[in-house]
Amino acid sequence: MAIRPNNEIVPGEPLIRFENVSIGFGETEVLRDISFEVEAGETKIVLGESGSGKTVLLKLAAGLLRPSSGRVIIMGRNLTEMKEVALLDFRRRIGFVFQEGALFDSLNVADNVSFRLREESKNVREMETRVRESLRFVEMEHAYGKFPAELSGGMRRRVSIARALIDQPPIVYYDSPTAGLDPVTSQTIITLILRLRDSQGVTSLLATHRLQDAFGLANFVFEPKNNRVVPVWEDGDGRHFALTKVLVIRDCEIYFQGETTELLKSEDPYLRQFLA
Amino acid sequence: MATLTSNTPARSKLSPLSLLNRALKQPIQALQEYSVLVGDSIVKACSPPIYFSDVLEQMDVIGVGSLPIIVLTGFFIGGVMVQNTAAQFQQFGSPALIANVTSIALIRELGPFIAALLITGRNGSGIASELGSMVVTEQVDAMRALGTDPIRKLVVPRVLATLIVLPLLTAVTDLVGLIGGYIVASYQLSITGVEFWNRAITALASGDLIQGIVKPLVFAIIISTIGCFYGLRTHGGTQGVGRATTSAVVAGSITVIVVDFFLGKLLLYYFVS
Repeated sequence: MAIRPNNEIVPGEPLIRFENVSIGFGETEVLRDISFEVEAGETKIVLGESGSGKTVLLKLAAGLLRPSSGRVIIMGRNLTEMKEVALLDFRRRIGFVFQEGALFDSLNVADNVSFRLREESKNVREMETRVRESLRFVEMEHAYGKFPAELSGGMRRRVSIARALIDQPPIVYYDSPTAGLDPVTSQTIITLILRLRDSQGVTSLLATHRLQDAFGLANFVFEPKNNRVVPVWEDGDGRHFALTKVLVIRDCEIYFQGETTELLKSEDPYLRQFLA
Repeated sequence: MATLTSNTPARSKLSPLSLLNRALKQPIQALQEYSVLVGDSIVKACSPPIYFSDVLEQMDVIGVGSLPIIVLTGFFIGGVMVQNTAAQFQQFGSPALIANVTSIALIRELGPFIAALLITGRNGSGIASELGSMVVTEQVDAMRALGTDPIRKLVVPRVLATLIVLPLLTAVTDLVGLIGGYIVASYQLSITGVEFWNRAITALASGDLIQGIVKPLVFAIIISTIGCFYGLRTHGGTQGVGRATTSAVVAGSITVIVVDFFLGKLLLYYFVS
């Protein structure tokens, strides 16, 4: 089963493109000369140790930070040249799942998820329907009226995913979505991301320091027809693959870029540390 | 209680020139950023979209929430003022003049000043800590990622709400201050209510009232924007939130005091002399 993306695609154009991007804060350099592309429907896992600049990379991709040099091109638009007002509008086409969820404390789950729709002054009934749909997708409909303080870490991440999905954006960024979660909850989150990728063809960047997340996404696919997650397989029609690639950041630069299978075969001592 | 300290080695020593460079650059940069924030929030307060429900919510938090401390403080300030000056007026043989002095001092100076300092302590700090917490938990970034301008959603409602409620709170401070002054004056100097209130009202000229209205408006902009400024530039986790809150109160109070002096001088020149 080849995964077919169904989102906004300019034929032949990658949805996400970084061209020689560098950024630093004060005297500290964070990312140096980063260049990569993400094809439509692909999930790129950004792997790196804590503090390696994964979050900064995602924020650059959303236009929340501006690079010191280089270009960030998303869906054909050069974010580095756009003004904040235009960026605010553009970001409505991108979903962002923050590390701790970043849910608004003062709003309940429903209001958090419908935040973007409220800004667009959508009809109340339509809003409720879409909020429930989005919460149902992450299996959190029961938390509709609850406040973020009443939810566990994993539940907050799931609500955050629901919030990011409310407008069905073609691109979603996940910042360490499994950090600090137990293995079972982490698996639930990865399954959600996998379902999103395979049922809606969402293109994504996923920052993590856990290699298990990368393998989970690379070795399994979701079958929307049968509503189940199955391992990738090979038969007479060829290999039925998951569109997932890995990018490893080390010392402000890209250290490795490629398929998870290549990563597995690598003899590089640093990469072996991740595999250990 | 034990405090957690960082084990990070001390930074390498900087040359005196770079230290001076940094010491001069940082406050100028902060002033520049603050000016940009004030300008931005004024422009955005005058153009749609304006989040009216957030303005109302903030008016409730800042206005209604501050009412008890404003009433209590205003009452005793008026009382203390009369208590400390009553003897002098008796010596001059015209104790009833206490009403004129209390009224002018409260309307021109003490009412706006006391209300502004109380709001700085209560709401300037509240704004800084609330926005600071939102920054460190990435809620402000999440808002931007959802396509909402944090200046419009967070700063403008707070500035507008403070701008509306501070003059009202000042009026309340003036009134309860006069009531406190009257009660003490009636006991210590045996001044009748008719005499006190008659003198308190007739002593006031239009210039005094203008001072009493203009000052809270200026203080409102100072308090709210300084609170928002320190809140939005918070960094360094929960410790950073604490630092932002303290800075907002210190900077807000000092600015109010300094501006009060120069603004008072300016208004006296134009409207009283």
